[in-house]
Amino acid sequence: MQQMPNHAEPSSRLTPPINKSNLSVTELKEVARNLRRHVVKMIAAAGSGHPGGSLSAADIITALYFRVLRYDPHNPQWPDRDRFILSKGHAAPILYAALAEGGYFPVEELLTLRKLDSRLQGHTDRNLTPGVEMSAGALGQGLSFSVGVALAARLDRRDYRVYVLLSDGECDEGQTWEAALSAAHFKLDNLVAIVDCNRLQLSGWTRDIMNLEPFAQKWQAFGWHTVEIDGHDFDGILAALQECQNMKAKPTVVIAHTTKGKGVSFMENNVSFHGKAPTPEEAEKALKELG
Amino acid sequence: MAGISTRESYGKTLVELGKDNPNIIVLDADLSPSTMTHFFAKEFPDRFFDCGLEEQNMIGIAAGLAASGKTVFASTFAVFASCRCFDQVRMCLSQMGLNVKVVATHGGISVGEDGTSHQAIEDLALYCALPGLTVIVPADGIETAEAVKVAASTYGPFYIRLGRPKTPFVYPESYHFALGKAVTMRQGRDATVMAMGIMVANALEASDVLARQGIDCRVINMHTLKPLDEEAVVEAASETGAIVVAEEHLAHGGLGGRIAQVVARERPVPMGFVNLGDRYALSGKAEELLQRYGLTARDIEEAVRVVVKRKQAYLS
Repeated sequence: MQQMPNHAEPSSRLTPPINKSNLSVTELKEVARNLRRHVVKMIAAAGSGHPGGSLSAADIITALYFRVLRYDPHNPQWPDRDRFILSKGHAAPILYAALAEGGYFPVEELLTLRKLDSRLQGHTDRNLTPGVEMSAGALGQGLSFSVGVALAARLDRRDYRVYVLLSDGECDEGQTWEAALSAAHFKLDNLVAIVDCNRLQLSGWTRDIMNLEPFAQKWQAFGWHTVEIDGHDFDGILAALQECQNMKAKPTVVIAHTTKGKGVSFMENNVSFHGKAPTPEEAEKALKELG
Repeated sequence: MAGISTRESYGKTLVELGKDNPNIIVLDADLSPSTMTHFFAKEFPDRFFDCGLEEQNMIGIAAGLAASGKTVFASTFAVFASCRCFDQVRMCLSQMGLNVKVVATHGGISVGEDGTSHQAIEDLALYCALPGLTVIVPADGIETAEAVKVAASTYGPFYIRLGRPKTPFVYPESYHFALGKAVTMRQGRDATVMAMGIMVANALEASDVLARQGIDCRVINMHTLKPLDEEAVVEAASETGAIVVAEEHLAHGGLGGRIAQVVARERPVPMGFVNLGDRYALSGKAEELLQRYGLTARDIEEAVRVVVKRKQAYLS
């Protein structure tokens, strides 16, 4: 195996939140910082990957896995677990980091990302990684899958909730809007879509590549309850995820305004870090910044 | 002609299955009166979801339901079930390996008058290309009912191609379907016709005529394209020395190519291919189209005579 930066650094495993943990916002910030560090280290070690979209989603994922979701890492197939579905499959590293810190597999395994025979594939694979609900990577498919999972909850009279994280770029895909129509049609109030609106897609600003605005109005027109938040403000994220639990007969979309590459100055709003690994020097600099 | 359409048999079988198994969910894409899933919808409205004209979304929804433990049947026309949502099928059915049965009706050119856009003649190439898929083309209504029941009780992704028109029965009521096991419909020593779907009845008709001309032709129903019954192929090649493959599909990517790979590897013998070649068909009545595009019993007879001659030439 090649030399990996900061491999030997001890990890601070958090208590697996079998029951929803009650971390304070200050503690959540610390978790998010730790997950961002994992992301930088993993992608640097892999030599390829998508740091920008993992870092923009770090606070949302932290809030979900360490405050909101009901799950048991020792029983990944627990039928009553809340479902988190990562539709933007290229943000796999931030999910893996949360799953590892959440107790699904050893934190040390994170550094096997993208390596031959690793359980941590470049894009998510539900058949390989404990805790991963859906194989993703071809964008635009996660919301449809989530509609199916939410329908199953209703059929089985289970009270789990379904959270799906989309990127703003993947809302270019027509299938996302097919799924949006159907979720409202089926009145899926147990479904929450969160859009990580970091305003950048692979080759540029979303407004230049394919303008999505007026974005919230589109979702409203499709029959969704919409909430707009700062996707890096924990109070806002938690309040939005709380609010949608009170919605009846309607799905909710949380439009989370985020910064691509958040937390690492030279990656922030930098489209070149959509799908490029930091060099060892850049990784070191990034980890220094993250603290 | 005694027979029913394979889609009608499917619709009725779904209702039977639904009674026994509350875990079965059925999806459709605004075609339920044509795919005949409307029988199920009427009987079990809570377990039927019309996804509207959203085939891509339907496959995703099917996957989400299947990932939550449901046995999901998803139906639309074969053209849409294959070409419209291929990426979704690739990700959700093949790569995730989920328990979704895509049962597609109106396959082939026998869909008739609706014309080129509605004639699925590339669907088998697409589905057979995907790792982990089981691909079945039943020959009649009786086999359809059996195959659908086996699909319901066998975990994993399936593609079952059905037809629009009435299809003559080639099996008795007592027929038992074995997944992946070809059925010898008629023994013979001079050549073998391996067929699927509506071409099985045509192959039987051809073998009657050939018998009168002194050619003893074996007929095998290759209802399961994937996994292919390689043993039956090798046996036919060894015992009859010549094989004709008859299918309502383009020349490439379907049953013909799959059988030819096995023949080339295990037991090379002269082969003939009765299919649509490399072209689309037009609007017309099903029988007219089958005639125009070379998918009749006469076409099979001719192909058999050719391979038998080639076999004799090699032997002499």
